[in-house]
Amino acid sequence: MSVAESIPYESLGRPIRGPEALTRDWRRFWHLTLNIARTEWKLRFFGSVLGYFWQLMRPLLLFGVLYTFFTVIGHVGRGAAAAPGRPNHLYGVQLLGSIVLFTFFAEATGAAVSSVVQNEPLVRKIQFPRMVIPLSVVLGALFNLGLNLVVVLIFALASGVRPMLSWLELPLIIALLTVFATGLAMLLSSLYVYFRDVAPIWEVISQILFYASPVIVPLLSVQRALSPSLVKVYMLNPLATTFQQFRHAVINHATPGATQVLGYGGVIAGVGIVAALFAIGFTVFNRTAPYVAENL
Amino acid sequence: MSLSPDGLPAVAARSVGKSFRIPEQRVHTLKERALHPRRRIRYQTFRALNDVSFAVAPGEFFGIAGRNGSGKSTLLKCIAGIYRCEGDIWCHGRLSTFIELGVGFNMDLAARDNVVMNGIMMGLSPREARRRYDSVIDFAELHEFRDLKLKNYSSGMLVRLAFSVAIQVDADILLIDEVLAVGDAAFAQKCFDVFHRLRDEGKTIVLVTHDMGALQRFCHHAMLLERGSVVHLGKPEEVADRYLEINFGRDPETIEARGGGGDGDARVLEVWIEDEQGRRLPAVPQGQRVTLRAHVRFMVDVDDPQAAVHVYNEEHAAVVVASSWVQHEHSGSFHRGEEVVFSFSFDNVLAPGRYSPVITLAHRGSGLDVMDRYERGFSFMVTSTLAMGGLVDLATDVTIERVGSQIEQEIGA
Repeated sequence: MSVAESIPYESLGRPIRGPEALTRDWRRFWHLTLNIARTEWKLRFFGSVLGYFWQLMRPLLLFGVLYTFFTVIGHVGRGAAAAPGRPNHLYGVQLLGSIVLFTFFAEATGAAVSSVVQNEPLVRKIQFPRMVIPLSVVLGALFNLGLNLVVVLIFALASGVRPMLSWLELPLIIALLTVFATGLAMLLSSLYVYFRDVAPIWEVISQILFYASPVIVPLLSVQRALSPSLVKVYMLNPLATTFQQFRHAVINHATPGATQVLGYGGVIAGVGIVAALFAIGFTVFNRTAPYVAENL
Repeated sequence: MSLSPDGLPAVAARSVGKSFRIPEQRVHTLKERALHPRRRIRYQTFRALNDVSFAVAPGEFFGIAGRNGSGKSTLLKCIAGIYRCEGDIWCHGRLSTFIELGVGFNMDLAARDNVVMNGIMMGLSPREARRRYDSVIDFAELHEFRDLKLKNYSSGMLVRLAFSVAIQVDADILLIDEVLAVGDAAFAQKCFDVFHRLRDEGKTIVLVTHDMGALQRFCHHAMLLERGSVVHLGKPEEVADRYLEINFGRDPETIEARGGGGDGDARVLEVWIEDEQGRRLPAVPQGQRVTLRAHVRFMVDVDDPQAAVHVYNEEHAAVVVASSWVQHEHSGSFHRGEEVVFSFSFDNVLAPGRYSPVITLAHRGSGLDVMDRYERGFSFMVTSTLAMGGLVDLATDVTIERVGSQIEQEIGA
């Protein structure tokens, strides 16, 4: 076509790149992530009568059931020792703390799975950095975690935990858990576009992870049941690493921490696993992001 | 093609192509994939766009026409950065899009949250986005419904809100996909007003439309797509002609020789509608006297020709039918090459909506001996502040009188 030949293409600079996972405009990226997370959050809590309390009740109810069952009926908590021979009077707080951390993880990953598909109207009609979607899900779960941790704090202080310098580790623990959840959120949300059975599969895996982490069963019981090398494998699960370190650093120093079980090399390996998973999640999301709109 | 002072177009595309891979059986699950890892998934490739090149100068109103499935919307999505495509596309300036009748809403949220969210998506800061909200609601005329969740909106309200959002971002380039096909007459009129305003403001607009009237009225240049390829790029009139040919299988040669179904002894060149001041209008308000005119050229010597008009509404009911034969049975003799204008004036009592007049030119006699029939080339809107629901709105006087009731009479007795 003659018109096409007369267009000065060479002087036009860089052509547009089409849809992408990220953007160079970080301000917009952040505003967007924050705003989506906030509206989703508002939707959930102002849509129901009891609002925020429902969100709080879930971990608390789970805690109530598990605590009653395992300490009063099953005597696990009573028998649970912080260290050999010393009963752990802070088992309850540790249980609640682990449940709250797990709730964050389950919420972030579980809601992320279908997030890209559910935002179809946005994805099909507007150009925006696609990564915003899973990130806003994780961010929303982080809001909740912050609020739930306040409850844990109150509960801990009431149970006799005194402020410790090692509380400074808490941001690190949460950061590691968040990176882990974000890696999975990116991976799962992009896989779900192509495979719809990712949702039920992930639900099952999530359940398995709940029992494969020190939530109900204290680490000492695991150590009693498994050989030391298997305990190390158990602890390499990023959830186990973070939960156990939380129990140690934030609540009771008598409980062994991740470094004591794994050694520093082991913890670094654990962090490496999280980093690798994040990298995989990021790569998969980044590759699929340009084509999400046409595959929905 | 006119270019900006620095010579750069606002939107340019070079050899843009897009294929979709459609799997023959869709494997939806990881399970199937894991159970049959070596089963090859066969794909059908659908070529939606093929070697499309064009440029739109800043401040230009550019139309894209084409039949359903010709690749118009795909092209718009490539420009908007929603699809990744082959070839290169350049956009200079902030982009605002109105695609698939929306701008991407969350149905569970009220208008306000959606408008703010959309502003941020377009690159505004949250504060700017909030500031913009009032003007969006004003334009959409949705004040009463501002706190309603979008899922409770009617589809017309949704489109109004979406269009309002798209045009109120203060973007440099607007991509608008088929907004005229929806909404009532008042909304269409509003769209036209907006188009005029945006044109005057020097915005660059890419409009996808099926409405050839609008295409010719607003666009500086236009492009016709057919099966993903550019069939014509140039003046909107040419594009409109080619579009009608493709759509209704009308061959230009045949039109020259025989006219639209007639023997071709005369041809309707143009049809338009005027108000009392003689202004040509795309939309006429109800209640005024309007004149529908048909510009005709005779190809041979003709005695006592007659012209008839059928004005069809959207349901294809002929609401107004008039013929020159009634008042001008002996209209006179015309020579070959002579041009005349047939005018039909009437009080516009038509209900608000879109109307398509069909002009038929016939030889003396029964009117069945057709020389040319002009249809589908022109339509006009009738606007009104009030739609009562009838085909026409006649000036109706309503009175209410009290009459003595049965009960009163009985009591009186």
